[in-house]
Amino acid sequence: MTVEAIPAQKHIIKPSRGWLDLGLRELWDYRELVYFLIWRDVKVRYKQTLFGAGWAILKPFLGMVVFSIIFGRLAGLSTDGLPGPVFYFAGLLPWILFQDGVSKSGMSLVAGRSLLTKVYFPRLAMPLASVSAGLVDLGLSFLVLLGLMIYFSTSFGGQWWAAPLFVAWGLLASIGVGLWLSALNVLYRDVSYVTPFLLQAWFFATPVVYPANLIPEGPWRLLYSLNPMAGVVQGFRWAMLEVGEAPGPLAAISFGMTILILLSGVVFFRRMERGFADVI
Amino acid sequence: MPDIVIRAEGIGKRYRIGSLQTGYQTLRDVVVDGARSVFRRGARDRGPEYIWALRDISFEVPKGQVLGIIGPNGAGKSTLLKILSRVTEPTEGYAEVIGRVGSLLEVGTGFHPELSGRENIYLNGAVLGMRRAEIRRKFDEIVSFSEVEQFIDTPVKRYSTGMQLRLAFAVAAHLEPEILLVDEVLAVGDAAFQRKCLGKMDAVAQEGRTILFVSHNMSAVERLTHETIVVEGGRIVKRAPTSEAIDYYLTIGMEQMGERLWTHDEDHTPSPFEPVALRVIGPNGAVASQVPTAEPFDIELEYKLTESITGLRVGIYLSTSKGERLLTSYDTDDLETFRSRERRPAGRYISRCRIPANWLNEGRFMLGFNASSFGVRSYFTDEFALNFSTDGTGAPGSQWPEARSGPFRPALEWEILEAVN
Repeated sequence: MTVEAIPAQKHIIKPSRGWLDLGLRELWDYRELVYFLIWRDVKVRYKQTLFGAGWAILKPFLGMVVFSIIFGRLAGLSTDGLPGPVFYFAGLLPWILFQDGVSKSGMSLVAGRSLLTKVYFPRLAMPLASVSAGLVDLGLSFLVLLGLMIYFSTSFGGQWWAAPLFVAWGLLASIGVGLWLSALNVLYRDVSYVTPFLLQAWFFATPVVYPANLIPEGPWRLLYSLNPMAGVVQGFRWAMLEVGEAPGPLAAISFGMTILILLSGVVFFRRMERGFADVI
Repeated sequence: MPDIVIRAEGIGKRYRIGSLQTGYQTLRDVVVDGARSVFRRGARDRGPEYIWALRDISFEVPKGQVLGIIGPNGAGKSTLLKILSRVTEPTEGYAEVIGRVGSLLEVGTGFHPELSGRENIYLNGAVLGMRRAEIRRKFDEIVSFSEVEQFIDTPVKRYSTGMQLRLAFAVAAHLEPEILLVDEVLAVGDAAFQRKCLGKMDAVAQEGRTILFVSHNMSAVERLTHETIVVEGGRIVKRAPTSEAIDYYLTIGMEQMGERLWTHDEDHTPSPFEPVALRVIGPNGAVASQVPTAEPFDIELEYKLTESITGLRVGIYLSTSKGERLLTSYDTDDLETFRSRERRPAGRYISRCRIPANWLNEGRFMLGFNASSFGVRSYFTDEFALNFSTDGTGAPGSQWPEARSGPFRPALEWEILEAVN
């Protein structure tokens, strides 16, 4: 089949029932739309801003500067023996992917309501594209991380090849949470107000400005690892900078949680999807 | 036996009235409602109220047919198209649609103001279901159809509305779906643009594609379709050759001739402007469904302002029975009135205008009601609120017992001169 061949589609239209049709196949059929939505988000993100794509770098960079002063100098939190800037920046990369992904995808359906109420396409495409667009920002700031590592002559982790895996994991976590929030936002606009607080709390529950070993061993550690982003940030730092523990059983719990959120998110989203055009 | 490409069986769509009113809810509403229902339990447990926007819709469309869909506002025409295009799900029933479906539901859907015309062509094409390679292949054609070549790399937010429309229609027109759903796109744009759209739709129909065409513009429906469905109150009340269907549809509104009243007890959107009545007043001062053309008659708009409105203009649309607009006129067209009535305090008003004698031709006409503050807000529009007919007894030229064509039959001042040589 060539790209342009249009299959003779036959659509059956009827009230849908059941919980388990995830509609991933149809999403695949619409992959070009997902691609275009990502492309749109990337293009539009920094239009009519003074610094343009520079914001992709500035955002984590400014964060790093603030953290170095507050948490490094004033609070004197440990940075696992690394130069503060490198430690914070490496934590901020996956965190910003998550934070932007969750807040943008959470708003995606409501922001795209004019499309949603007029054209058919798999609704999953919208939050998915919003999250994925953050990869471009991540790529740009990754270069800055490399620059910082060279400047502070930090040694590379031997497991640097694993870094993309942790980014992918972070992506899955963002999509999972984003699906829940975007579908809920269609029903209850409260979500737009809750999301910033949720993300702020989540930030402090994630080892971005402190190393994970600050959390006491035992049940607290276990509870801590229920946070998917704890596994992601820890793992990313371990891969790039060879600090902290290698991912073990706790990381597995973290990953399991991610999959749980993602799957339940898709199911919930698909269940709510039927009414989107009517209530949004 | 031609192939059937659309088959609908018993399609129904139910909306919850509550959720229609407010759209989304806030969490607080849910909590409060929940708490209330706990305390009220047993007393009066009325469930949520539902309305059926569509019920028992069954029809088939053979491949290559251009089918018109007409009916009064709120009859469910657009809901039907939304179900067929899978934007919303039916509550009951079953439909089968074979082939790629393209919608011309609303031109410009999916445009992003910050992106250039070029970028929007790709984006909008993808949204409508085109492949990238397909868009690339047709790109030049789309651009030349849209007539915005010079501005193709300018952000769309700097385009005029007309340019955006042309660009959007150009993309949609090149979609080449097997089934095209068209909803009232012709209501926008200037006459030249509308002609172009109609021409393009004609061409699409010639290629043997199937089109469902929803419109209030009876002459467009008559021109494009051979068969038409009349939808009223969520049901198909008639399917017939187009001219017969249009006649049937126009008689639905006949009972309301002469006067149209609006009630507001069930109206849920609070508006500073509330229409009360639209009336045709005959020469004897009473509401009339038929007026003689040889004498002047009045058109009366009664309305209530619940708060004062600045820059309000209230007016009429006069259209032929086929829905072609003849004129639009507002109560503040006159510059002096416009200045003296700049702010209208709350209260009940009547705006009345006089249609001169010997002006309209004999026939059936439709009246519409419109209220807006120009460039600020549109308060109310009903393009076809009321039917009335005219009696041509004593009209100019009635010494010849023949029907005159055209909507007007004015007494023009003629002179007959003896030309020298």
